[in-house]
Amino acid sequence: MYIYDDYDQRIVDQRVVQYRDQTRRFLAGELSDEEFRPLRLQNGLYIQRHAPMLRVAIPYGHLSSLQLRKLAEIARKYDKDYAHFTTRQNLQYNWPKLEDVPDILAELATVQMHAIQTSGNCIRNTTSDQFAGVAHDELLDPRPWCEIIRQWSTFHPEFAHLPRKFKIAVNGAAEDRAAIWVHDIGLNVVKNEAGEIGFKVIAGGGLGRTPIIGSVICEFLPCAHLLTYLDAVLRVYNRYGRRDNKYKARIKILVKAMTPEVFASKVETEWAFLKDGPQTLTTAEIDRMQGFFTVPDYTAFAGDDVGFVQQQLDSKAFARWVERNVFKHKQAGYAAVTLSLKKHGAAPGDASSDQLAAVADLADAYSFGELRVSHEQNLILADVKQADLFELWEKAKAIGFATPNIGLMTDVICCPGGDFCSLANAKSIPIAIAIQERFDDLDYLHDLGEIDLNMSGCMNACGHHHVGNIGILGVDKNGSEWYQVSLGGRQGNGATLAKVVGPSFAQEQMPDVIEKIMAVFVENRLGEERFIDVFDRIGMLPFKTRVYAKETA
Amino acid sequence: MARIIKDAAIVECDAQLLRFSDDGSFAELPANGLVIVPLAQYLAQKAALTSRGDFGVWLAADDEPESLGADAASLALIAVEFPAFTDGRGFSIGRLLRERFGFEGELRAFGDVFKDTIGYLKRCGFNAFVVNSDKNLEDALLGLNDFSEAYQTGFDQPLPLFRRRP
Ligand code: HEM
Ligand code: SF4
Repeated sequence: MYIYDDYDQRIVDQRVVQYRDQTRRFLAGELSDEEFRPLRLQNGLYIQRHAPMLRVAIPYGHLSSLQLRKLAEIARKYDKDYAHFTTRQNLQYNWPKLEDVPDILAELATVQMHAIQTSGNCIRNTTSDQFAGVAHDELLDPRPWCEIIRQWSTFHPEFAHLPRKFKIAVNGAAEDRAAIWVHDIGLNVVKNEAGEIGFKVIAGGGLGRTPIIGSVICEFLPCAHLLTYLDAVLRVYNRYGRRDNKYKARIKILVKAMTPEVFASKVETEWAFLKDGPQTLTTAEIDRMQGFFTVPDYTAFAGDDVGFVQQQLDSKAFARWVERNVFKHKQAGYAAVTLSLKKHGAAPGDASSDQLAAVADLADAYSFGELRVSHEQNLILADVKQADLFELWEKAKAIGFATPNIGLMTDVICCPGGDFCSLANAKSIPIAIAIQERFDDLDYLHDLGEIDLNMSGCMNACGHHHVGNIGILGVDKNGSEWYQVSLGGRQGNGATLAKVVGPSFAQEQMPDVIEKIMAVFVENRLGEERFIDVFDRIGMLPFKTRVYAKETA
Repeated sequence: MARIIKDAAIVECDAQLLRFSDDGSFAELPANGLVIVPLAQYLAQKAALTSRGDFGVWLAADDEPESLGADAASLALIAVEFPAFTDGRGFSIGRLLRERFGFEGELRAFGDVFKDTIGYLKRCGFNAFVVNSDKNLEDALLGLNDFSEAYQTGFDQPLPLFRRRP
């Protein structure tokens, strides 16, 4: 894990002082609402439906148990005793007081945390694979590169006021678990014909009002040139991105308007001036960063743990949890565990202070004191001995984080929607809960297999509904809340955008609609086929026909 | 006389910033005194301005510093307008003028400029600031010192922190 040195600490400490002064000037009337707004947003502070909302950065989703305990403490002291994990691997507090935020930041700074650039029109927190460093299918650990990008982007003077927010994601594994195709820039680690490691650069992806899958603008960028190339991309975007219309200001619109080829050549021209300049990464710096993400002190095991294999045979419930929530590790005898924050009947991604503190204890006991946040809004203990899994499972059950549903339909991605967000057209949490309740039969749920169900309360798409196998979007119809259903989206490799089924539904219809979609799926399924594969094979029509069929008595 | 920040101090300055007339034509050049003319006017009246002397050029956020090109190096003053502080195009203009076109004169930011943008501006090569008239100048000056370190390259610090870390 990256550890701050004096420089990092000083920057974060000076930020606290700066933000305290900005808050003071705002409260004293020296800064207008309009002036303070972009300033507070660059510090993750929104003014929401009920109260301000503070988004704390969790760079590439990595946390220590110490940091998590601090987050729990802050929830207890300044908020309503809980917090929410987001699809951007960050954490949100829904009820802080504006006047308290400087103190919260000061507390965060004591554990090397901050809220810098978690919102606003700047380069946001860089996201990555929650299994970075432990995944069996990894080519290169993306975390050092994320940290390199974090430092480069922190208070980047030239890109502090971009046309729009800017998100970068990095993936280092064969399977993309960082949603790189729907980010402003996606970086995929690749090996070229000469066997050298570099990045495939994807630009212009994004969700929101105009969802677009990104385009490859560079097939192979040697690692050392990462930052100069990013400078070039951002400079082209900063200068030519539209500023007249915030819905057209994203890089995806620029890339589309210019065509990816022209955009790429503009970047190339700009890059020619920056390439090999001082921002070119040195071997010493790359080594230094990689030095923070070395393998922990693993015990050497020859193969799978015998007891663990037996425990799965003895307990069906444990086996089921292992099947869904345990991910294959590259180290023999170890596993990565996803703690499900999708307990049926609870708001997806929420955790109470006690739960947070309990997870910190689990991280200390079983996973070298570290954990990760996934963009599916779950928590991960990445380095657990197989021999400890049974014990961990029992403890996770006790805090409600052992629902064996990772990748299944009730592992919904869900934005806070109308319950908290002032931009929402409709609620989303109650719909997620209603669907979870309808599909509460675990055997049935498991039989249905992998299904991504993603839900957003408005077209901003915080809940990634466009890339859900099933997407639900809250829409406003004459002042009441309706839900538009889409099918066929997928994240990861070969990401695709879902297509709308048809007219929207009322809230109380939603569990039925999902049930009908499942019925069509089950009737058409061949063997263990996944939902998305069935959809690809049979298309939209059978689903559409069923969900809009008139009820015949 | 207007007070501005220049080279980290508050100084007097009575430059006259000329804008296009309402009909879109260039403004009349006054007989004497420092004038700052729009980029297009400079490009059109280069010879007249050069023989008059005592002038600077200003760029709007969507002006292209490329159109000044090598001329930039011979100018004494270039100003860049920030129509809103959230319009960051001028940041890139500053860096291009300094780092690509060899401009060494006074680089002045004007428009929506105040304490909270001045640090970024400095890092992009600006050394003079016409602070928004509703803001306190002394207070704005302090904004230059909000941070004592930065990770990336900037005009004020051409080496990124990773090349300076011991
Ligand atoms: C409650 C306060 C929130 C507000 C006011 C808010 C606001 C927004 C807005 C305005 C957008 C639009 C982006 C665009 O047009 O491109 C957006 C996108 C997004 N938000 Fe939020 N959001 C909130 C909470 C969340 C939460 C809780 C999450 C995660 C669970 C989240 C994750 C995202 C993501 C992933 C996008 C991306 C869409 C894209 O890639 O284009 N946001 N949000
Ligand atoms: S999708 Fe809309 S409702 Fe949901 S959090 Fe984002 S802005 Fe709010």
